[in-house]
Amino acid sequence: MKGADAIIRCLEAEGVTHVYGYPGVAICPFYNSILNSDIQTVLIRTEQNAAHAASGQARVSGKPGVCAVTSGPGATNVITGIATAYADSIPLICITGQVNSELLGRDVFQEADITGAVESFVKYSYLVKNVEDIPRIFKEAFHIANTGRKGPVLIDVPIDIQNAELKTFEYPEEINMRTYKPTVKGNMLQIKKVAKALEEAHRPIICAGGGVLLSDAREELRAFAEKHQIPVVSTMMGISAMPTEHPMYFGMVGNNGKPYANRAMNESDLLIMVGARVADRAVSQPGLITKNKILVHIDVDPAEIGKNAGASIPLVGDAKHIFEDFNHVDFKCDTTEWIATLRANKEALTPRRNPNPDFVDPAAFITRLSEKMQENAVYVADVGQNQIWSCGYHVVKEGQFMTSGGMGTMGYSIPAAMGAKVAAPDRQVVAVCGDGSFQMSMMELATICQHQIPVKIVVLKNSVLGMVREYQHFTYKDNYSMIDLSGSPDLAQLSKAYGIPFLRLENMNDCEQVIDEFLAEDTSMILECIIDPMDLVAY
Amino acid sequence: MKRIYSVLVENRSGVLCKVAGLFSRRCYNIDSLAVGETDDPMVSCMTIVSSGDQRTIEQIEKQLNKKLDVIKVKTFDESHGISRELMLVKVKYNRNNRRDIMEICDILKAEIVDMSKSQMIIQICDIPEKIQLFMSMMKSVSIVEVARTGTLALPKCSDSD
Repeated sequence: MKGADAIIRCLEAEGVTHVYGYPGVAICPFYNSILNSDIQTVLIRTEQNAAHAASGQARVSGKPGVCAVTSGPGATNVITGIATAYADSIPLICITGQVNSELLGRDVFQEADITGAVESFVKYSYLVKNVEDIPRIFKEAFHIANTGRKGPVLIDVPIDIQNAELKTFEYPEEINMRTYKPTVKGNMLQIKKVAKALEEAHRPIICAGGGVLLSDAREELRAFAEKHQIPVVSTMMGISAMPTEHPMYFGMVGNNGKPYANRAMNESDLLIMVGARVADRAVSQPGLITKNKILVHIDVDPAEIGKNAGASIPLVGDAKHIFEDFNHVDFKCDTTEWIATLRANKEALTPRRNPNPDFVDPAAFITRLSEKMQENAVYVADVGQNQIWSCGYHVVKEGQFMTSGGMGTMGYSIPAAMGAKVAAPDRQVVAVCGDGSFQMSMMELATICQHQIPVKIVVLKNSVLGMVREYQHFTYKDNYSMIDLSGSPDLAQLSKAYGIPFLRLENMNDCEQVIDEFLAEDTSMILECIIDPMDLVAY
Repeated sequence: MKRIYSVLVENRSGVLCKVAGLFSRRCYNIDSLAVGETDDPMVSCMTIVSSGDQRTIEQIEKQLNKKLDVIKVKTFDESHGISRELMLVKVKYNRNNRRDIMEICDILKAEIVDMSKSQMIIQICDIPEKIQLFMSMMKSVSIVEVARTGTLALPKCSDSD
């Protein structure tokens, strides 16, 4: 058996169903061996999107997504995708072909030091130097990617190693790594300390981050919030931890969040931050969340606790386990008055928009779209104004919300939606992007056609880079630079060129029927919504 | 605040780069760094001296522990460890200052380990402050070149380990 066959056997042993990628000579042995496997391949149109698609697959399936690209430019192109996954702690296995190991370091054709280049964006990386190491390395890589704080792992495999003969293939059952043993169970003493603090608190609140979704702790969190009547807010990555209309949910925090959510967090006397990094967009002044309140910080990564805000009660562990334990601890907590205050604030502080009637109102449109989407639909927002409107107005039922929150990578939504649809063909998957972010990934329309992946794409078209325009409106007093998107293709014709059905919505008059038509069948479709270039996400 | 990290790592290629990269990426200082094999050839020990506020010191320890090639991190301040540095200094000498140099060496327990008619190499192994003191005492002498190991340190002995 050759090294490349061994890699495929490893992927099979890990239950991998799809590999996203782009070939080149250095990864050809791998793509030759995969022909003898049931693993499906998806030919992406640029390598960055292979990582994004694998990320979408991972977020829906809960298992690491896999992408495989060639050496040199193939490998360097995938870096943004890896960094995007790293920032949001998404488990990925990224296999890169590499030049012959004898030639490493000689700057030969398509050689790039990819393990060196991705060091600060991966949880771990390997350069395979001996074919016999393949089974152990893959076993470790999948384990590392999907345990503890999840993240991407890169495996660089020189072409001669892929072609080398392996004496015997045995996929290890056990992992023997002395340096990696993530803490999963929370310390029971700390858990009881939190319960006691909750008992004494008058205004407790939970801020749910992406970690709640990554550890699949939605049910546990919801049960806990309901049982003790503790209100919940979320970060951008934590959206869909709670249904939008849940009586205990009070919106997204942060500089693009709801005013009443921020106020709730600031006025609380006990804040449980769970699976959140306390980064600048969610918490612009970390001092405020420790002032006059007890901060309980729960994270599976000990380095997150105390990085941006000093916690009064640190609690290391996986959110699912910790909330399971919380649900077994008896304590009483009276929040009736606090919740009444929060509801009154929500009523009073809900922002009112003044949409221009000549255009589609993105806020109202997104609300109607998400209300009409299936219960368990996957909504993928891109980056820009579309992302902020999606966060603010998308109604989560029992489905999932995905976006590139940490890195804010434009062009994420279409490939990620493809991966999500591949992972869950029975679920409705809708990508919402702007005309800027759409053009960063529009080459993937070919992939959608080729592999018949029925994702639905909404393009909020305003012919400008809206988020930057808005920033220049406020910061540079309307001195605009580099935001004009004229020259963009006619989407009706573009859709026709790809053979993808197309709809256009120019104002709110036909909103209901156009959305109904857009969502009616499980086919890919592009819906262009013309929005006001002067519209703002700021209230 | 100065802090010493004694870090046991897997003895593999690229590990030094990963650890050094961590310090530069997160804007932590490295005052000195010394690496060598331990009694186990699969394990290296890095002694890193760094400085920063309390939060930085804690973060460095946590971030080091996060690295998958790091086996164990011990951290302590200078008063809780035994630290040594080795320095070799090549100096030019003449008849007039030879005796002075020898006297300084004598007082600071430095040793002359090589000599020619005009040059000598002095070796000193001591705590970093003494090395610094020796350097300042040698200011009047013409120094040709200097090589220093950086600080090596271990936490002080205890009976609970």
